[in-house]
Amino acid sequence: MIRAVEIRKSFDETEVLKGISMNFEKGKTNLIIGRSGAGKTVLLKLLVGLMEPTQGEVWYGNDNFSEMEKKQRRAIRMEVGMLFQGSALFDSMTVEENVRFPLDMFTSMTRKEKQKQVDYCLERVELVGANKKFPSETSGGMQKRVGIARSIVLNPKYLFCDEPNSGLDPKTALLIDELIKRITYENEMTTIINTHDMNSVMEIGDNIALLYQGELAWQGNKSEVLNSDNKLLQDFIFASPFLQRLRDAALQNSK
Amino acid sequence: MLLRTAISRPEKFSMYWKETMRQMDDIGIGSIIIVSIIAIFIGAVTAVQFAYQLDGTLVPRWYIGYIVRDSTIIELAPTISCLVLAGKVGSNIAAEIGGMRQKEHIDAMEIMGVNTASYLILPKVIAGLVMIPILVCLAAFISILGGYLSSVVGGLITHEEYLRGLRSFFSDYNVLMMVIKSLVFAFILTSVSAYQGYYVKGGSIELGQASTRAVVYSDILILLADYVIALLLTQ
Repeated sequence: MIRAVEIRKSFDETEVLKGISMNFEKGKTNLIIGRSGAGKTVLLKLLVGLMEPTQGEVWYGNDNFSEMEKKQRRAIRMEVGMLFQGSALFDSMTVEENVRFPLDMFTSMTRKEKQKQVDYCLERVELVGANKKFPSETSGGMQKRVGIARSIVLNPKYLFCDEPNSGLDPKTALLIDELIKRITYENEMTTIINTHDMNSVMEIGDNIALLYQGELAWQGNKSEVLNSDNKLLQDFIFASPFLQRLRDAALQNSK
Repeated sequence: MLLRTAISRPEKFSMYWKETMRQMDDIGIGSIIIVSIIAIFIGAVTAVQFAYQLDGTLVPRWYIGYIVRDSTIIELAPTISCLVLAGKVGSNIAAEIGGMRQKEHIDAMEIMGVNTASYLILPKVIAGLVMIPILVCLAAFISILGGYLSSVVGGLITHEEYLRGLRSFFSDYNVLMMVIKSLVFAFILTSVSAYQGYYVKGGSIELGQASTRAVVYSDILILLADYVIALLLTQ
């Protein structure tokens, strides 16, 4: 489990996060949602240590991540996988080399063992046969899947995904969601997903936290979304008249 | 600060070795042609211009070989080559690291637990320190050859006169000075460029600016270091 305790973050005079406290549970998909500029990416970067909070603490299990030295943090980071919004694949490496990079860097596995692990991860993200392709030769959806394969190759305990569906068509976005959910449940990982994709919220949201202007505006799960009377949540999730009609129809049916 | 972080124990020696070899190929092999072209013209122009200056003086013409050799070894080969390399290699280093920063490659490595300052900068600095002195030695040799071509083949002096000049008043201390200069310049151009790339912020305009800054700052520091080394080593 990961805990954020009273996290505040300011850039110059602007306070982007205003005392966020929440728990991200193990074996569940924890979603951080909110409009652009709500502070989702900043919160995610604070949780993985790419930024330092102005105030507050981040806990990984019983370890206070915020007070750790750089070396101690590296040990924790060995247990962290992250999927970036733009996938962040290394252009000069093939799909296989990208996935193998953490193994080459941190393990003393033999070549054969590494190959086996890489093939296993590529199989899990349904990319068998794409080993020798370069990122530039693959589609956006494939790049996301390579990113997922690379982030799980060291069998992490924690998986962070920064807008995993951005720039993908609805069908591919759904596949990515399914993949993240399956990996989370099978590996018992603590997964934190930063998204503003409505489908993701309704499909894989075990725990959902809505950020609004740097504050925690609502917390719950996907089944509570429909019935919540939180105006900020309703405005965000059912932003268009079409979605509002869908919600009303769903509520009618449930009665 | 960045250099202190960069100079630390590698996570995996074999990965650093592989990256250093790749950088040596990029910096060394990739710069041979440009350095050779510049060097041959430096030698040729020095020989022709010195021959012009000797016209009507009592200085023997075989001094052309001597002047080409010493001016090349002491000053022109290390300084001009490294100024050019600051443009080629320096801008490349800044753009490569800066591009990685912008595409979140550096963040991705950080999250994996990689010491990015070390993995991205140290191999480049080491490759520069190994390859640039070799390139400078090559430049000195080709420059002397350029002087030979322009003065002997060009009919200014004979083959024997040029060789006599080359063999006169030779001091191996000058070669040491050349190597020291090339090592210092190599360190300046690789570390300054890496710093500019590593801390780049913003988009493609800022990346271009960082790349330009890498070249300009490297050039200024190389010229400044050239002066300081000349003062220290010729006292």
